[in-house]
Amino acid sequence: MDLMTMILKMSEGLGKTCAIFFLTLLFSLPLGMIVALLRRSRLKVVSAITRFFISVLRGTPLMLQLIAVTYGPYYVSVAVNKLAEAYNLGIGLDIGISKNKLVPVVVAFAINYASYFAEIYRSGLESMPVGQYEAAQVLGYSKIQTFMKIILPQVIRRILPSVTNEIVTLVKDTSMAFTVSYQEMFTIGKQIANSQTSFVPFVVAGVFYYVFNAIIGFVMDKIEKSMSYYTI
Amino acid sequence: MSVLEMKNVRKSFKNVEVLKDISIKVDKGEVVSIIGPSGSGKSTLLRCATLLETMDAGSLTYSDEKAAWMEGSSIKYTKNLNSVRSRFGLVFQNYNLFPHYSVIKNLMDPPVSNQKRDKNEVYNECRVLLDKMGLLDKENAYPCMLSGGQQQRVSIARALAMKPDILFFDEPTSALDPELTGEVLKVIKQLADEKMTMVIVTHEMSFAKAVSDRVIFMDNGVIVEQGTPEEVFDNTANERTKQFLRNYNK
Repeated sequence: MDLMTMILKMSEGLGKTCAIFFLTLLFSLPLGMIVALLRRSRLKVVSAITRFFISVLRGTPLMLQLIAVTYGPYYVSVAVNKLAEAYNLGIGLDIGISKNKLVPVVVAFAINYASYFAEIYRSGLESMPVGQYEAAQVLGYSKIQTFMKIILPQVIRRILPSVTNEIVTLVKDTSMAFTVSYQEMFTIGKQIANSQTSFVPFVVAGVFYYVFNAIIGFVMDKIEKSMSYYTI
Repeated sequence: MSVLEMKNVRKSFKNVEVLKDISIKVDKGEVVSIIGPSGSGKSTLLRCATLLETMDAGSLTYSDEKAAWMEGSSIKYTKNLNSVRSRFGLVFQNYNLFPHYSVIKNLMDPPVSNQKRDKNEVYNECRVLLDKMGLLDKENAYPCMLSGGQQQRVSIARALAMKPDILFFDEPTSALDPELTGEVLKVIKQLADEKMTMVIVTHEMSFAKAVSDRVIFMDNGVIVEQGTPEEVFDNTANERTKQFLRNYNK
């Protein structure tokens, strides 16, 4: 197989790589904010439960979470059916392993990244001086207005470098979808490498990721610059 | 008629009683300075008046509008807190300007989005205010581009843009060097001459003496003494006041 064919074949998976990347950001960026706010909840139970979920998601491998979300429901249904049969309950679950792996893959990525984003948001929220909240309150801003107009824009400015860091990592992490045989770029590259006993597909993959991240670095730099019209 | 009236205010943090049955009344056009050592409760009193702290007991009234009152042994706050908030302005020690807003937006956004006032009208008023503060050329600057004194003057203009009946200052010059302090005090003096009702918590004794109609000396959560600047600064018979002022007259 010549280089051009390899690149073309791997490019077919690039769409799926991009799908994981953009869908994960689309869901995890807002979800992370919700998690961060729950983590900061004044209700001790809510903040404790949130903290526990964050610790599990950050404390176990993403690879394991991908497997759990993709195959977990099937094994749970098998176990439930066995129990139901043993006790003659006459019920049964019929959950197969979904053919469209994009859904479980994005679910796993989104909740995993949301927990990292949540901690970044939290660090940003906690770095805000209390005086900003007090000034907003005295000037008649509602709680929601204070958050949306005064706090959030400044928090985004402060956390942007850390968020860029996570986004760059996400580009590379999409390759982990190969563990559940989702046909994204790296999975295809690995298959070619195995069948052709060639190292070239890995080099191609490396170049793909590097270019992808170079573009991201460029875009994030522009965004950062556009926000740095004031110093904190 | 009094613009602000606080009666029998009590406030504790955990087990420390910071305000012990304090009552003050400020009339229209009056300039009142509150002096006293750190921890005497003067800032807490200001924060209770501006609804940044909730009182444990007592009443708070702005002109004819009740903000808080006693019902039996418990304190009740009005539901319409924003209407109360539009009656006063507060100038913080650290300015607390919004760094991501330009000077003019800092001034205009609260009246336009929170008081729903006409944008063009507010813009013209804010330009007049900036002119008065000597900052007309800083309209489009961001707070980080200004000196501390300029930032504090913007924050005074921001408070005035809400058209408050009364303006509170919480140690407005404590974060400034003597030179910048002077330019901020000049602005406050100008407001006093225009008969703006003001309550100023300050450590600037000579300023308090020059600008105030009445001086309140607080210590340990109570009002020790109050009177005209001459009475408090020059002719006090109170030992605690004498002792406190001695440190400033060295």
